[in-house]
Amino acid sequence: MNFLAVIGRVVISFLRAAGRIGLFAVNAFTHMLTPPYYPRELLKQMMNIGYYSLPVVGLTTLFTGAALAVNIYEGSARFNAESTLPTIVVIGMVRELGPTLCGLIVAGRVSASMAAELGTMRVTEQIDALTTLSTDPFKYLIAPRILATIIMMPLMLVIVADTIGVMGGYLLATSKLGFNSGNYMKSTIDFLEAIDVIASLTKACVFGFFISLMGCYHGFNTRGGAQGVGIATTNAVVSACIMILVSNYVVTEMFFSS
Amino acid sequence: MNNAVPKISLKGLRKSFGDKVVLDDVNLDVMTGESMVIIGGSGSGKSVTLKCILGLLTPNSGSIKIDGTEMVGIAQSERKEILSKFGMLFQGAALFDSLPVWENVAFGLLAQRLHSRDEAKEIAIEKLRRVGLSPDVAKLSPAELSGGMQKRVGLARAIATNPEIIFFDEPTTGLDPIMSDVINELIVECVKDVGATALTITHDMSSVRKIADNVAMIYHGNMIWTGPKDEIDHSGSDYIDQFINGKAEGPIKMEILKG
Repeated sequence: MNFLAVIGRVVISFLRAAGRIGLFAVNAFTHMLTPPYYPRELLKQMMNIGYYSLPVVGLTTLFTGAALAVNIYEGSARFNAESTLPTIVVIGMVRELGPTLCGLIVAGRVSASMAAELGTMRVTEQIDALTTLSTDPFKYLIAPRILATIIMMPLMLVIVADTIGVMGGYLLATSKLGFNSGNYMKSTIDFLEAIDVIASLTKACVFGFFISLMGCYHGFNTRGGAQGVGIATTNAVVSACIMILVSNYVVTEMFFSS
Repeated sequence: MNNAVPKISLKGLRKSFGDKVVLDDVNLDVMTGESMVIIGGSGSGKSVTLKCILGLLTPNSGSIKIDGTEMVGIAQSERKEILSKFGMLFQGAALFDSLPVWENVAFGLLAQRLHSRDEAKEIAIEKLRRVGLSPDVAKLSPAELSGGMQKRVGLARAIATNPEIIFFDEPTTGLDPIMSDVINELIVECVKDVGATALTITHDMSSVRKIADNVAMIYHGNMIWTGPKDEIDHSGSDYIDQFINGKAEGPIKMEILKG
């Protein structure tokens, strides 16, 4: 009986949290669409989320692309299919590794930073101060962050991640594995389809939404002091990563399930 | 008979968090131009009263009227309009870390979109000067300021829009006695300059004696005494006597958890 009660409590608290996050998201979108708008804040967030994430995203995907090329080469050599390397690298990077790796890295960097910043603003009464200064915190703090992440993930970060990841594979294959540069690029371009890129960019948008939603939700609802900010930051990153992995499967199914 | 309608009127205000009743039937009228100070110990409900008036918390029941307009259950757009009459100095100043000092002070002016950024900056520098800070401070980050300077910037932000009502939340907490007196003086001068109605919550009796026209004492979520500042020493209330003299013995029992 006790065991069932525990399960019931967990389910209810999960549903309650999901409901709160859902309402928070609806509230954020409503405020995104209605004036006043804060273009200065939006640009600041776009710069912070997009431009400043480029080095870490680029480095990670460069080496992942190279490692992917080595693995595929070694694996495909077992059945004499080394020539499929460029195709598998480009499809693997664009469809899956580019957006997912980029999402997880940005979740660690941006979701944590949003939760910590908003959490500190909450516990030091800065969010209350906004309200007393005739400014809606949802419009000023939440809407620009979510919109900036949804814009920058596909338009800057995932495009760069996909490109640099493919370049990582190309550099390794041409410098170490004896592939001809022209043939490698031709195979890469020939086998890459529009649907792969569209799926990649769709994933980027969805991941961007969850990264910023989790960062903002946990930061905005921080309670207590420094410990509360720490808990909010951890929860933001963990929940953003889980949402990325779950939604990655859902979007992949939507695009590529036969 | 303009003063017949209180600037701020609280009637039967009640607020609880779960089973804990923080405000229990709070009644208070603050007239236009009056400086009302609410005193009370930690956890007595002072901050919750202020947050209910500002709409940061929703009371369980009761009425909050500003200039006769009911605030409880009011539409968001109307609330925003009424909030534009308010200025507030927060306990920890609550300055925005991401903005320089002048943008902190000018934030309300820019939010109301009544001034260009250049005009707002000029007004901000003038307000900083009013609270004794030089224009050089305007471009600094709040993190570069001392606690006393942050309070001054907070005060400059509170008066920047020439509000009709200014709230002061523990304005001298964490300051040394001299800086506390400087802030108290500034509050009195600024409120007089702007011609505002002031509502202060504090447990600092030197602030009370300096700032208040009238004093209200809150204890366990009830206003147990309200009267002019001059009568506070002869209130006839054991609660007031214990509080203003800072005695451990008396009817007020502090909640101390014993291990």
